[in-house]
Amino acid sequence: MIPALTIENLSKVYGDGFEALKGISLRVEQGDFFALLGPNGAGKSTTIGIICSLVAKTAGRVCVFDVDIDRDFAAAKKYIGIVPQEFNFNQFEKPLDIVVNQAGYYGMPAELARQRAEQYLRALGLWDKREVQSRMLSGGMKRRLMIARALVHEPRLLILDEPTAGVDIEMRRSMWDFLRKINAEGTTIILTTHYLEEAEALCRHIAIINHGEIVEHSSIRELLRRLNREVFILDCVEALPDSVAVAGFKVRRSDANTLEVEVEKGQFINQVFVELERQGIHISSMRNRANRLEEMFVNLVEGGA
Amino acid sequence: MTLAEQYIAFMTIVRKEIRRYLRIWTQTLLPSAITMSLYFVIFGSLIGSRIGDMGGFTYMQFVVPGLIMMAIVTNSYSNVVSSFFGSKFNNSVEELLVSPTPNYVILMGYVVGGITRGLFVAVVVTLVSLFFTRLHVHSYVIVAVTVLMTSTLFALAGFINAVYANSFDDISIIPTFVLTPLIYLGGVFYSMDLLPDFWAGVSRLNPLVYVVNAFRYGVLGVSDVSLPLAFGMIGLFTVAAFSFSMHLLNSGTRLRQ
Ligand SMILES: Nc1ncnc2c1ncn2[C@@H]1O[C@H](COP(=O)(O)OP(=O)(O)OP(=O)(O)O)[C@@H](O)[C@H]1O
Ligand SMILES: [Mg+2]
Repeated sequence: MIPALTIENLSKVYGDGFEALKGISLRVEQGDFFALLGPNGAGKSTTIGIICSLVAKTAGRVCVFDVDIDRDFAAAKKYIGIVPQEFNFNQFEKPLDIVVNQAGYYGMPAELARQRAEQYLRALGLWDKREVQSRMLSGGMKRRLMIARALVHEPRLLILDEPTAGVDIEMRRSMWDFLRKINAEGTTIILTTHYLEEAEALCRHIAIINHGEIVEHSSIRELLRRLNREVFILDCVEALPDSVAVAGFKVRRSDANTLEVEVEKGQFINQVFVELERQGIHISSMRNRANRLEEMFVNLVEGGA
Repeated sequence: MTLAEQYIAFMTIVRKEIRRYLRIWTQTLLPSAITMSLYFVIFGSLIGSRIGDMGGFTYMQFVVPGLIMMAIVTNSYSNVVSSFFGSKFNNSVEELLVSPTPNYVILMGYVVGGITRGLFVAVVVTLVSLFFTRLHVHSYVIVAVTVLMTSTLFALAGFINAVYANSFDDISIIPTFVLTPLIYLGGVFYSMDLLPDFWAGVSRLNPLVYVVNAFRYGVLGVSDVSLPLAFGMIGLFTVAAFSFSMHLLNSGTRLRQ
């Protein structure tokens, strides 16, 4: 099967001489749900800008479903739906007009355009707002409007640049469900995000980009497997003695009722419980210290700096 | 894109443009109607009656074609400059840039939007002028061709201005300091015969001279410049403006980073 997106040795030097991308390569398979991660200024939006023609590349090759953008950008553009990081619609226009016009720019006949616009505005909970000036929409609604607009020509590859920035928790969940659904229906999705739990919840593959270079390109599962150490925080019912030790484990008493336990790959956490039980210490609850992916992310990004 | 798809994209842009200036008609259509009415009253009726003949016609008859042309020029220009700059300013131009719509369709969409506004205002101004004078049209064909070529040329000029503009200042500087002087010195209010030879020669570099005179010929049957020359020059300026606009779009100047 041909990949949805291939990027080879892509580089970008902006007009002011700043090298935003230093020859990155990337491959996203059809049907994948792919996360592009990286700190602020890493080059995520630059990469996306090049794919959808808003930024001119300096060198390298980009193919969308095997269509080289240098050969036939118009054909490549038909495959792509883009949800940019910044709002880029006319705030004085109405959501319905915005989506219908976008369909027109893809050459869609008026009847079909209206039908699709209704379908996607409904799916994103904006149908009731179709006739208000779009500047009246809330931030989260504006973002969903851009998603509806990106989908109206039913692209095979949907690219979202920080789609859930500034979106409340409930709305984020429903956006996740929506994206999972269209991914299950066959749309390849690439998104950038700063929320690692979002990447973990949604995506199958990720790339991490830092200072214009890819520092990681693999599956989430593979990445998590490589994490060989995890810290658990245990809340204890009774006040703890001044020092607690469990043979074979690094244990730290962080306050009177809290223990931190490091579990290496290959160790069994129930040994910890057995030993604590023997010492008369009762655990009421347990959690991870931090998102594991987040730790790895910080390591990768700082290590590459 | 197939031709049918390109046509849909083109009509989408044109319709959007028309809806835009109709929605804000107090800023787009009304000012010209008011200004031109004032010109008719002041130059045509009040002052004009003291001026006597100009080029063999009453002054009112002489200025009306020029004033109609002035409305067409300013409206086709300002429609494209403000609309395209606006879409650059709020980034909604990206909606078009990420779509498969070819550049020439984008350009034609905006230009035809500007042309329709030029025509719209021309009709309004012509109707107003009928309160002040009777219009006998010498040649409808020449009138139509001139109007179409002129509004195309100045819509293109507005597009070029919009591409280069970085701020709202930039879209008022050119109309104020370039377009308006060219219009006033383009023979709207006077016949070239009145100018000393040197200035009459300089005037021949001004595209407005050809535009105004071709149109005046269409209406009155007289012109300060020969008709083939006038159309040749308007055509030349239009082709140049079109090629340059296409070059700007294709190279992505000020549009793609
Ligand atoms: N038009 C531009 N001219 C010059 N430099 C630019 C331009 N746009 C972006 N940059 C620079 O390129 C680098 C990458 O920017 P980019 O927007 O791709 O980052 P990002 O990964 O999307 O960051 P964020 O998470 O903050 O959105 C940054 O250092 C930025 O300052
Ligand atoms: Mg970004």
